[in-house]
Parts: sequence; structure tokens; C-alpha cells
Amino acid sequence: MAKLIGGVGTSHVPSIGAAIDHDKTADPYWKPLFDGVAPAQKWIENVRPDIAIVVYNDHASRFGVDMTPTFAIGVADQFLPHDEGYGPRPVPVCEGDPAFAWHLVESLVLKEAFDIAIVSDMTVDHGLTVPLSLMFGQPDAWPCRIIPLCVNVIQYPQPTARRCLELGKALRRAIDSYGEKDLKIAVFGTGGMSHQLQGERAGLINADYDREWLEKMESSPEALAEVGHSELLREAGSEGLEIIMWLVMRGALDREVRRIHRFYHVPASNTAYGLLVLENA
Amino acid sequence: MRRSEERDYDDIPGTYVFDGIRCREGFRLNMFCKSLDRAGNRDAFRIDPQGYLASFQLSDPQRLAVVERDWLAMLRFGGNIYYTFKLAIFDGLTMQHVGAAMSEEPMSVEEFRAMMMSGGRTVTGNRSKRERKHG
Repeated sequence: MAKLIGGVGTSHVPSIGAAIDHDKTADPYWKPLFDGVAPAQKWIENVRPDIAIVVYNDHASRFGVDMTPTFAIGVADQFLPHDEGYGPRPVPVCEGDPAFAWHLVESLVLKEAFDIAIVSDMTVDHGLTVPLSLMFGQPDAWPCRIIPLCVNVIQYPQPTARRCLELGKALRRAIDSYGEKDLKIAVFGTGGMSHQLQGERAGLINADYDREWLEKMESSPEALAEVGHSELLREAGSEGLEIIMWLVMRGALDREVRRIHRFYHVPASNTAYGLLVLENA
Repeated sequence: MRRSEERDYDDIPGTYVFDGIRCREGFRLNMFCKSLDRAGNRDAFRIDPQGYLASFQLSDPQRLAVVERDWLAMLRFGGNIYYTFKLAIFDGLTMQHVGAAMSEEPMSVEEFRAMMMSGGRTVTGNRSKRERKHG
């Protein structure tokens, strides 16, 4: 039986990856952030998932303007880090779990009416690798297998927040129905917290709005699912819309959750940083 | 290309929502930027910028924006920041350089960094074009 053991929500800012890669985590600029992340690292060390399903967005890496799947699951044996312009990040290859990934795809498509793109050959970018680095540091190999679940949040129309929450619920049913072997599963929802990378409003941070989302992510995700894209773009910035991916993680958990850790920090480069670790109550 | 109906996100100031119209307009510009995620292409662009760029058939305003590294103009001509940022990476710039360069009020990178350290650009007064006109 596969069992969901918890969910992590985290931003996936590229400069956090660069700080780790260049050994700057103890610098005065970065130390408060990495101190704030430490309890989440301790948590995952204790719970030791076999598989992390990482809900993230690709940033013009594996996918491009030539093809933008709304939801895609990686079913490959391995996922290599993508060259985002600096050369690939010096992080371990992600080992996949094709049997489990195909089970998720079949459940979502056949039983849940989610039309998932099936990807057998894919690289992964900072959207996926930075959260792994945040949770696991710099090991020689990632301590669990990885299933990439890629969501389009960079090309309008993005899926609605409601659709993301519902995908999470469907994902949970898919996890619960896996009977082939005993597996501990964690779901990471990544990206988000207020930021605007583009345009004249670049650098926008709305900490009040972020804190409200962090709070409601625990207590009332159904209310967050009703928030429309324009509100998110307006309040959290054009790239703050990435936060809808946390709702996939939240939807996978029970309605009642127990907060293990919550952390918020400004700034990480151009953005706010948010972290949330939840278990079923 | 124009949309027949107004979108509510059009009222958000300084924000270029990458919708179907922008995707179509910026397709070649973004494909050029995307190509820079291969080391061989970066070398080719470094050796012969004009020749490399010519193979992507950008519009004249798009090509000029790339040559002049006018980050805001790239967005206006259909660029998507996740793509145009690959050109900034090529130049060895950070997102803070690009953010400073695009800012409404001229801002140095140091000023932009200082703004982020003090909590970022405030949302107050930046939510809506309408709010600005009447505010």
C-alpha cells in the first residue's frame, strides 16, 4: 500500500539553488532563510519518504512556447537537471519510479477525468531541483525517488486554483489505491509567494496577502480554490500565481491537517519565500 | 492582433500577461531566447550575434529590442520573462538587474536591491491602472 505521509509547500527561487551550489548558505543575506528551513529538513529526515511527488512548473526548459501541457507527469527512470543557461545545476540525477508514475497517470486519466500529458523523456529545472536541495541539502544521491508533476503556470490560461485543489484530491485517491508495494509518499507543492519578475511593477511583494495564503492553506483551502487568476496577478504579482501549485499538495492531504512548520521571509532575490510542512491531523 | 473583449487583467499596471495574443506575437522571439539553454547555441550567438539572431526571423522591433537589451520592449513585443531572462543569463545578469531595468521609475541595481531588502515594491497604489487615474 502507498501511504501519504505529508505535504510540503515551498517557493523554488533559483537564487536559493545558486546559494546552495556556491556554498553561501551561511552568508548574512541567506542565513535567516536557511535557518528558517532547517526544521523542515529535520522533519523529512525523520519521516523518510520513499517517493516525493514534486508539483512544480517548468521555466521554458523541458517545455517551450512550442508545447505547453497544462498538467504533465514524468514516467521516466531518470530525470536529469536542465541547462538553464549556466550549465546544469550540480545536483544528483532524479531517480523516477515508472511503475508508480504510470499508476498515477492511469488513475488520473481513467478514473478521475484529468487529462495528463505523459512524459517519458524529460529534464527538470530549478522549479523541481531547488525544493529538493532545500529539503535534502547536497547529498551524492537524492534520498528518495522523484515523480515530476509539472503544471503550466507561465502561459495563460493557467489551470484554475480550484482545478489544482481537485487534482490534489484525485492524486490522493490514486496514491491510496496503489497496492503493489508499501511506499511512503510525500507531495511537494512548489513555487509561489508574491513576486513579480516582469514589467514596470517588478519587485512587487505583498506580505499580508502571502501570510493570509499561508494561514488559509492550512485552515480553508476551499476558500483559496475560489480565488481567480486576476486577483492573484494583481495582489501577488504576475509570477505569484505559481502558488496555485501548493493547492495540489493541499488537496492531497486530509481536510484536517496538523502544521509541522511554517516560515516566511523577504526577500530571496526578487521574491518572498514561503514554506509550509503539513501532516494529516 | 487585437482582442475583441477586454480582460480584467488589462487593468493591472506594469504587467504583461502572457496570453494567446502575446504568445503568437512573441513566438519567434521566445524561441530564440529558449535556444540559449544549449551551450552550443550560446557559443554560436557569442561568436556571431547578428547571424545567429537572423536565423530566428524576429520582427524588426523585436530584433532591435534584443540588440539593445531593452527588457521592457521585449515584453511589449510578446516576450515572456521566463524566456527573455535566458538572454539576461547569457549576459551574466541577475533577475535583479532586469527588474531594475524594467522599473517604472529609473532605478539602479543597488536601488532595486535596497527596495527588496526593505520589503519589496509595495502593492499599495500598484493594484490597478484605474485606481491610479482616480487616485
